[in-house]
Amino acid sequence: MDLQLLIVIIVDGLIYSSYLFMVAVGLTVIFGVQKVLNVTHGSFFAFGAYLAATLIGVWYNAELPAFGGFLMIFLAAAFLGVVFGLVIERGLLRYLYHRDEHIVVLATFAAFLALEDVIILIWATDPYFAYQPMELLGWTDIAGLTFDNYNLSMVGVSMTIALIMWFTLTRTRFGKILLAVIFDREMSQSMGINVNKVFLVTFMIGAFLGALGGAYVAPTISVQPGIGVEVVVLAFAVVVIGGMGSIPGALIGALVVGISRAASVHLLPEVELFVIYAIMAVVLVLRPEGLFAPPQARKI
Amino acid sequence: MTRFMDKTFWGLTIGLVVILVANFLLEDWLRFIGLQSMARGAVALGLLILWRAGLVSFGHALFFGWGAYAVALSQKIGITDALLGIIIGTIASGLLAFALGFLLRRYRAIFFALLNLAFSMILYGVLAKLEVLGSTDGIGVKQPSYFGITPEGANAHITLFCFTAIIVYIVALAVHRYLSSTLGAMTIAVRENEIRLEYLGYSAEKAIHVKYVFSGLLAGFGGAVMALAVGHVDPDSMVYWPNSGDFVFITILSGTGNVAATFIGALAFELIRTFAFDYAPQIWQLLMGGTLLVIVMFLPNGLWSLTEHLGKRRKSAPSPAE
Amino acid sequence: MARVLEVHDLEKSFGGVVAARDINVTIDEGETIGIIGANGAGKTTFVNMVTGYLRPSAGRIEFMGRSILGMAPRRITTLGLCRSFQVPQVFGSETVFENVMIAMGIAESRGPALLAPLFAPARAARAETHMARYQIADYRDVAADALPQGVRKLLDIAMATVRKPKLVMLDEPTSGISVEEKFGLMDIIMAALREEETTVLFIEHDMEIVERYVSRVLAFYQGEIICDAPPAEALEDPRVKEFVVGQELHRSTHGAEETGNA
Repeated sequence: MDLQLLIVIIVDGLIYSSYLFMVAVGLTVIFGVQKVLNVTHGSFFAFGAYLAATLIGVWYNAELPAFGGFLMIFLAAAFLGVVFGLVIERGLLRYLYHRDEHIVVLATFAAFLALEDVIILIWATDPYFAYQPMELLGWTDIAGLTFDNYNLSMVGVSMTIALIMWFTLTRTRFGKILLAVIFDREMSQSMGINVNKVFLVTFMIGAFLGALGGAYVAPTISVQPGIGVEVVVLAFAVVVIGGMGSIPGALIGALVVGISRAASVHLLPEVELFVIYAIMAVVLVLRPEGLFAPPQARKI
Repeated sequence: MTRFMDKTFWGLTIGLVVILVANFLLEDWLRFIGLQSMARGAVALGLLILWRAGLVSFGHALFFGWGAYAVALSQKIGITDALLGIIIGTIASGLLAFALGFLLRRYRAIFFALLNLAFSMILYGVLAKLEVLGSTDGIGVKQPSYFGITPEGANAHITLFCFTAIIVYIVALAVHRYLSSTLGAMTIAVRENEIRLEYLGYSAEKAIHVKYVFSGLLAGFGGAVMALAVGHVDPDSMVYWPNSGDFVFITILSGTGNVAATFIGALAFELIRTFAFDYAPQIWQLLMGGTLLVIVMFLPNGLWSLTEHLGKRRKSAPSPAE
Repeated sequence: MARVLEVHDLEKSFGGVVAARDINVTIDEGETIGIIGANGAGKTTFVNMVTGYLRPSAGRIEFMGRSILGMAPRRITTLGLCRSFQVPQVFGSETVFENVMIAMGIAESRGPALLAPLFAPARAARAETHMARYQIADYRDVAADALPQGVRKLLDIAMATVRKPKLVMLDEPTSGISVEEKFGLMDIIMAALREEETTVLFIEHDMEIVERYVSRVLAFYQGEIICDAPPAEALEDPRVKEFVVGQELHRSTHGAEETGNA
């Protein structure tokens, strides 16, 4: 294989992995804490993309300072995190925690279907473009190839998210509480932890991360109906490969999927989708808990 | 119920007669809804068998699509007979389920659900890229012949409808009988206590494998009928993951109390979808999702539990001896 | 008398921990054997190995003259060696009658016969007889989850014996049962098993029950059998007195206090 191709695969793979990590980390956080496989994560992504595209449009139309466009991305995600936390967790999931896990998945599937139309009701069916932030950052030549700086910046954003998560979980009080709840929900409750509040906050964080994935990707894509559908199942694949509920797992899963997809796109485009789900199936068969299984509490 | 001619038998028989008569009176679009209900209902019937064993598949679009493509491909090699096509589609999916069953029988809960999803997405990924099979455009399916005769125009759908209704009737009776058999009762054993099942002398994995093959056969059958009804197969409307979600949707909507309920649930699903799509195209998914949420929250045992509520009101509930 | 079970030099270790060592036991038809020993002495490990739940690290197990080493529990069950559990393993959502019917259906059907209706009238009649024998017929239509502990134990044993096994192993049939009820429960179980001509081995902590019902005692201590003798002799054995009975006495007074408070 020639060097240039190798570099393209690695850089593309890293960019794609970063995108996948951003989307999957929120899903895995929610699964880890609430044990809910949340299909509405696809809606968070789609809403994030739409809201960011809209705000970016408004921002640049008003001819405000150019870099403020980035602010809009984070603003959109934060706003959606809070809203979805209240609507989905408070309004729906809290009534279902005692039910069968399949029922909960199906309820989130139902909410996902409904939200697909809410998007159309708000934003109609025409695509949105919010290319300005991407244009703003320009491009870089690596080994004679041109890459958009905006895409490269995704690697940085993902690494920042990973670092913040790591810091929160290992160095803060909230992180310790979270680990306690993950390890044994009932025990934590009896020790005075407000599990309901922890659930709400985690869900908001998860929703924020899902929306951020969409919001940050928005400038690079045409934002149109249906963008959440593929994301759900991709994020599932990443999370399953890494280990459901594990943050390092999401990172590894994203890298595995990202690099192998980039490799297949450049070497054998016919197998692009096949590769991702084949890896998912192989991991499930050989190591159902995923490559990075989170610790399990002994229930005896 | 031990008798062969129980309430479900009569219910299904009356249902068959009614829809066979209705078939000649219905407008074509309603007939089409009926065909789709029977096709998706068959898949949901397969999921019901798994559901009773405590297993849920998020990937039965795999067998649905596999059966549908098997029909389309069998036409390419000159098999145009409807019955033969349906048999090929059914068997093809049954074989696939038999092969994958060796793996899936080892998994439970969310892992079972997700492994099914992964396999269905693998098939989707292959079909969407395979030029020979038309990639995302899919391939056309011709009107089939029935024992050498090829009906034309409106008669084509009428014939297919009658034909499908009769097979579905037989299949539903067979599943009903299966569920009341010893093998069928093992669904409960698998769900409730695998250790006891093992110590009664039967392998839980084997029981699951058998159920998985049955569910694959049923999904393949549904896919084959759908291919003939729509006249077209493609990955997005048959294999992509939301299709698998729809099947689970129907199972929940119907409840797992009775095989007849599954087809009533499937019909309700198709009607809601069609009307929502026609009269409120902007919010049809909102209506579908909303319906499902209402069912999940307020009717956890599906539409069928409504009949049980009514039944209970008639007979005063017997108090358990304790 | 015919030999039912023969166990030679059975050994089991988990990692470095030895859970069973030098286990040699023979059981003849018609015997009633009680296994005693403190918690962790290897009693359940022994039953688990013989019934195929655990694979021994070494040794031989022969049932009715045939090696059953390495067989799955379901194979061993079909050969006629069945067991019940300390925590009853029943189908919780189903009624007592349905539990017995499912158990009978599985025991009686092979191959295509599995597709015949479960609730056949002839089988239902047999189920009624079986429930009557274990005196659980009064609870016929109660879901297993809602049963009193003693009845659930009886159901568990009734399900283990639908095959009319040659040998049945009961893991602590009276655990979790109040002192007053224990003898009544054991009377029902032993009468039923005698009627079915089943050889029985059970694990028990209560020495009074052991004295009353068994013909032979196996005393376990730290994974080994320290005594194999008739009850009168075994309970006088100094090692049994020191390592088993002494500890059990302490345990049973403690247990009595608990039930007294409840």
